[in-house]
Amino acid sequence: MSRYPVRLTAALLAGLALVALPAAPNPEAQGSKGTIKIATQSPLSGGQAALGEGIKLGAQLAIEKFRGNLVKMGYKVELVPFDDQAKPDVGVANAKNIIADKEILAVIGHLNSGVAIPASEVYKEVSLVMISPANTNPVVTDRGYLNVNRVCGRDDVQGVVGSEFARGTMKTKSVYIIHDKTQYGQGVAEFFKADAEKKGIKVLGFEGTEEKSNFDPIVTPIKAKNPDVIYFGGIYDQAAPFFKQTREKGVKSKFLGPDGMDSSDLTKIAGKAVVGMYYTSAAGPASALPKAKTFVEDFKKKFGKNPEPYAAEAYDATAIALKAIEAAAKSGKMSREDVATAVRKTKHNGITGDIEFDAKGDRKKALYFVLQVASDDPAKWGDNKIVKQLAIAAPEKK
Amino acid sequence: MDFQLLVDIFPQVFLDGIILGFMYALIALGYTMVYGVLEFINFAHSEIFIVGAFVGVELLLGLKSVGLLDGLPWPLVLVLALVAGMAASGLLAVTVERVAYRPLRHAPRLIPLISAIGISFFLQDLIRLFESLWRNAFNLVYPTIDVLNVRFELTQTLDVSVKSLVVIAAALLMLWALHVIVNRTKIGTAIRAVAEDQAAASLMGINVNRIISLTFLIGGAMGGAAGVLFGVQYGLINPYTGFIPGLKAFTAAVLGGIGNIPGAMVGGLVLGLLEAFAASYLSLLTGGAFGAEYKDIFAFSMLIVILIFRPKGLLGEIVRERA
Repeated sequence: MSRYPVRLTAALLAGLALVALPAAPNPEAQGSKGTIKIATQSPLSGGQAALGEGIKLGAQLAIEKFRGNLVKMGYKVELVPFDDQAKPDVGVANAKNIIADKEILAVIGHLNSGVAIPASEVYKEVSLVMISPANTNPVVTDRGYLNVNRVCGRDDVQGVVGSEFARGTMKTKSVYIIHDKTQYGQGVAEFFKADAEKKGIKVLGFEGTEEKSNFDPIVTPIKAKNPDVIYFGGIYDQAAPFFKQTREKGVKSKFLGPDGMDSSDLTKIAGKAVVGMYYTSAAGPASALPKAKTFVEDFKKKFGKNPEPYAAEAYDATAIALKAIEAAAKSGKMSREDVATAVRKTKHNGITGDIEFDAKGDRKKALYFVLQVASDDPAKWGDNKIVKQLAIAAPEKK
Repeated sequence: MDFQLLVDIFPQVFLDGIILGFMYALIALGYTMVYGVLEFINFAHSEIFIVGAFVGVELLLGLKSVGLLDGLPWPLVLVLALVAGMAASGLLAVTVERVAYRPLRHAPRLIPLISAIGISFFLQDLIRLFESLWRNAFNLVYPTIDVLNVRFELTQTLDVSVKSLVVIAAALLMLWALHVIVNRTKIGTAIRAVAEDQAAASLMGINVNRIISLTFLIGGAMGGAAGVLFGVQYGLINPYTGFIPGLKAFTAAVLGGIGNIPGAMVGGLVLGLLEAFAASYLSLLTGGAFGAEYKDIFAFSMLIVILIFRPKGLLGEIVRERA
């Protein structure tokens, strides 16, 4: 996972590109009509960088693969990655820089719903289109903005998928719910809780915490209450030490979580403690998607590692953005609003399946998965088995 | 509300609180010793603490990569990690004092304070930079030593892991050693003399600068030891992990009476217990209305109440002698 070789390859490739440029088939046209930039916003530093980096690299790969038509039309197509550090304030500050750069026609991001929601308010000011690969909180699209779309599923569905699995397959009678107090984590935990109660699962506790290292005082009551299942609504960098300490303290409950668990860093931190645990996801592992085979190979060849979850979604999102920009360019109307309208109309046969947006920007048929952690070796995260797979339409706005 | 449950988990919560409290106490010593000698709050101490944790984890990972982690007896491995962490943090504290505080010693009191906050940010990002270049990692995981995770079930609801016992034993040993150094040795006498009156101490032939460096060394080493123990106990560290425990330890130092060494220990224990009980009991007592997330609000409200009645801290007035 060393970043150095990546940087080095990137630098080498950039060098090659410079050398190769004069030999390009249509050198005069290159960039003659101006530059089109696609921005990514995701955490590139900090505890969630593994996922954020995946989004950036997925977008990068898509741009290299699909920019051909736009280049032929005489545009230069570039990626501009932004680091939102998984913090709402940083995301919003970046968003202001993004809307100020007139050449940026689409944003691929974010990782965290809590960041995407305020940042998309900024994009909305100028109708700049955002296609989210990973934001599952319902609010993201329920605001009904023309410029906000997502290729992943929603937490109100994902929470229910989780509780159904807990009741049906895991035969859960009692559950203890922990969440991270973010819009995403608490949101999905509440959907899980509401549906679990409806299904007759006893909720023994519902606890929010921002703690990152010492979970002792939270684990003690859990141990005393001995639930069948512990559900963690949050992200792996916090969930992993929690699960590890819970097991170390001798709690035998099974673990369940939402798509925030979906990173190889979960096993890197928690090791054996999370082997066999289940998590729901609105983004299947790229290795399990039949059409993503070449994507996985290209990704490995170029970046020297397996694509993290959401890299495939970012790839599709970027492909849609480019397709829409192309359509807008052909019709001669290239304002940000035209691009946003074009994105909403785009139909794309992507590596994560057929993508089509409904009136509020949700994917018409999104995929949901339940996966099981296969091994305590982070390199084998891609081997996690899909236990259950569902295609569910986004619920109507209430 | 389930009274039986409250009673059942009491011993476990108490034990967790004690462990956390010792951790705070060890860190608090760094604040309180420096304050005792210079009347200055070393806000960079939280980073000095976490540097100890990082050096400890690097040593363990280094041993693991050459296959010695399981080859050497575990107490030796732990002692090595502790010594490395203490040495690194102690030396770092001395360097920070030399570079960032000594030139400002006669400036108005707010100036070194701001310098300390600056050093704190600087060190955080320096660790982050170093670890990204070295391992491309943000979170570092302490390698598991299986012996340390063995648990003894004392009762159905109370169990103690080996590492908890190690943390308690190491903390007690270090607090005792510090007590001996400060109260029974010549160096300790010199430290107390400088704390009392720098000018008079230098007239008695004490090299004040050297004693101040020594104070930073001892305080930093205690912080480094706490860092290693923190890593062993909780398992995961990142460059910003030090901030919150540092702030809490500072609070513990004030609670016990800043500048007062036994006070720092008492303050640490009280704060650790308050926090543990708040986190475990709040949601049980209020039926879920207030959860564990309110533990800090509860703990700090108690602090305010205590400080209203004892403004100089719990031991601030009883024990005159400062370190």
